[in-house]
Amino acid sequence: MKVAEAPPSTERRVDPVILRVDNVYKHFPVGGLGGGAVRAVDGVSFEIRRGETLGLVGESGSGKSTLGRVITALHPASGGHVFFEGKDVTKLRGGKLRQIRRQLQIIFQDPFASLDPRMTVGEIIAEPLDNYGLARGRQRQLRIQELLRVVGLNPNFTNRYPHEFSGGQRQRIGIAKALALNPSLIVCDEPVSALDVSIQAQIINLLQDLQREFNLTYLFIAHDLAVVRHISNRIAVMYLGKIVEIADRLDIYDRPQHPYTSALLSSIPVPDPRREANREPIPLKGEIPSPVNPPSGCRFHTRCPIARVPGVCSEIEPPLVAHGRPGQVAACHFAGELSARSATEAGLPSA
Amino acid sequence: MAAPLLRVEDLRTQFFTSRGIVHAVDGISFNVNRGETVGIVGESGSGKTMTAFSILRLVPDPGRIVSGRILFKDQDVVQMNDDDVREFRGNDVAMIFQDPMTSLNPVTKVGTQIDEAMTAHERFSKKEAQARIIPLLQQVRIPEAARRAQDYPHQFSGGMRQRAMIAMGLSNEPELLIADEPTTALDVTVQAQIIQLLKQLNRDVGAAIILITHNMALVASLCQRIIVMYAGRIVEEGPVEQIFDSPQHPYTWSLLRSVPRVDVARAERLVSIKGLPPDLVRLPPGCKFHPRCRFKIEKCEREEPPLEEVAPNQVARCWVMMRNVAQEQREETKAGEVSREAATELKQAGSG
Ligand SMILES: Nc1ncnc2c1ncn2[C@@H]1O[C@H](COP(=O)(O)OP(=O)(O)OP(=O)(O)O)[C@@H](O)[C@H]1O
Ligand SMILES: Nc1ncnc2c1ncn2[C@@H]1O[C@H](COP(=O)(O)OP(=O)(O)OP(=O)(O)O)[C@@H](O)[C@H]1O
Ligand code: SF4
Ligand SMILES: [Mg+2]
Ligand SMILES: [Mg+2]
Repeated sequence: MKVAEAPPSTERRVDPVILRVDNVYKHFPVGGLGGGAVRAVDGVSFEIRRGETLGLVGESGSGKSTLGRVITALHPASGGHVFFEGKDVTKLRGGKLRQIRRQLQIIFQDPFASLDPRMTVGEIIAEPLDNYGLARGRQRQLRIQELLRVVGLNPNFTNRYPHEFSGGQRQRIGIAKALALNPSLIVCDEPVSALDVSIQAQIINLLQDLQREFNLTYLFIAHDLAVVRHISNRIAVMYLGKIVEIADRLDIYDRPQHPYTSALLSSIPVPDPRREANREPIPLKGEIPSPVNPPSGCRFHTRCPIARVPGVCSEIEPPLVAHGRPGQVAACHFAGELSARSATEAGLPSA
Repeated sequence: MAAPLLRVEDLRTQFFTSRGIVHAVDGISFNVNRGETVGIVGESGSGKTMTAFSILRLVPDPGRIVSGRILFKDQDVVQMNDDDVREFRGNDVAMIFQDPMTSLNPVTKVGTQIDEAMTAHERFSKKEAQARIIPLLQQVRIPEAARRAQDYPHQFSGGMRQRAMIAMGLSNEPELLIADEPTTALDVTVQAQIIQLLKQLNRDVGAAIILITHNMALVASLCQRIIVMYAGRIVEEGPVEQIFDSPQHPYTWSLLRSVPRVDVARAERLVSIKGLPPDLVRLPPGCKFHPRCRFKIEKCEREEPPLEEVAPNQVARCWVMMRNVAQEQREETKAGEVSREAATELKQAGSG
């Protein structure tokens, strides 16, 4: 059989937009008198087309999981809209919300913590079916077995408990559960980060197979940029609650426009000793600032290697607008300035 | 060539559990030269950490070293008395653990902890130790080191704690540094700082480093030599470039192709290693990798292959060796783990 190839970067997808995130905010109030808030997601907009995988990367605490939870209606938004197939998820309540939630599933990072240890595998997988009263008796049993088979597990495992399974198997159980209601969009929140490398490949291949079979749409969150690049059509980069860049998977590695993207990319070691000997990471100053009091102007200015400070970078917030290739957007007053340099210094081939 | 700094000879470490004997480290031998960086890779449970813990004589109950020698500058660590072992740890060798929070004392200031690490070993006088704290923190790039030395560990970020751990590890100028997954829990940009730091240490201080990781890219970045472990044994060892160019053991070969890469233009399907890691209580007969190996021959199920020289300085433990596997045989036969039938069934059932 032929190896699967990713779509070429020049191909512009024409599928309809399935999810439109419009200026979404999620703030968590912090205790005490100050009245401040963790600005976990702070004005984020993007679209995903049907059948597409949008990768989401960014440092720990940048708001990726929170965004995933707002999209799947697990967290109410503090502001903005999430349009799923044209309907605003943030405005729905009761039965209508329940109906739309069927379409929006999430797979969590930790296959150990996310499965109830007192439930059998069959009960776990059927829980969503039961919640919606969708299958009973023999039908239900058949459906459980099919789901197990689809994720590559033995259909006879129905009566076993999660602790009898390895991490990779547990993650498959989580995936089976997410598939139970035939969702159209799945938020994969670091689905392979907790797994051993030899098992990661199994799960990544499985997710890709399922996507092809069921025309699934993925928002794929991960801190491993190599994994994200492998699985995504486009990639969004988050920094401190905001998206700083979105581009096609190849363009973003080839010609990053935002200096944070450049720094992130130059930081990844590659499994090639000769390339590694020449790779020069772009150093970032200092630590990631607090999301309670993000820096003024561009919130990356405190760590940016090309910031004009004091000046435009510390005073005016750069909008997320077109830069670089078609479809590429970046939020930087000096977009592209670092890109040529980083591409050659990192020793990345122009893909 | 000078004598190696560390010589591990036929080391066996076992855990005596109610399930039976866990063969965590099952007869491994390797050397580490002065100033060299050696990577130990292998999947979870393959015995990497227990190898390191054995070298430091830190194997927890119910485990113990059952045989073998660990020669550090010709002194056998296995035979040392408790006083000598304490001297050896933290003076001749230092270890950086995966989770810095578990090895830093939460109620003691960072600077004080570094001071205590030094005075405990009496290599430096009290005054000398005092004077070394801030330069050490500066060396690991802690900003405003003087002020930060007064902080408690929880006031540091994850990356800073890891760097503080390294500073503590370096405080007695050890000749060998063992780093167990030093960057796994960290963000990419912080990871990059730690990698730079380890590189610089190796270059400027001349410390030998054993880097334990499952991240092949990290090995490519830092190491001169690589040891691949599987089921408590070494299955391949050699110079890093050679192993990356032409791995001979099927496990090494698969490992290198199971991770996506950012530096390769085309995204191919990943090679997945089927099945599960072996049960170290009931190891399979023959080659321990054979139940998961796509290239096995009949002999692999019966007889365990020896570590055999496959190129200058490169050894591998396999009856087949990848150089004897034809290209077409290497490609995965099954493109998907989802059977088409099952998928169609699901679609039909789901639409009902
Ligand atoms: N329920 C909550 N209450 C208060 N603060 C929260 C809550 N959930 C998240 N946060 C904060 O919001 C910010 C974003 O967190 P989030 O988990 O979305 O980040 P992330 O990008 O997913 O990080 P990671 O890569 O570590 O998973 C963090 O500062 C976090 O501490
Ligand atoms: N306290 C213990 N009791 C019983 N078995 C143990 C104990 N500690 C470790 N082992 C076993 O020893 C083997 C080797 O463990 P080790 O921690 O060295 O693996 P590792 O290669 O470092 O894995 P990882 O990548 O997950 O850190 C494992 O199979 C483990 O189950
Ligand atoms: S706007 Fe300025 S500070 Fe922000 S990323 Fe661009 S150059 Fe750096
Ligand atoms: Mg998260
Ligand atoms: Mg370990």
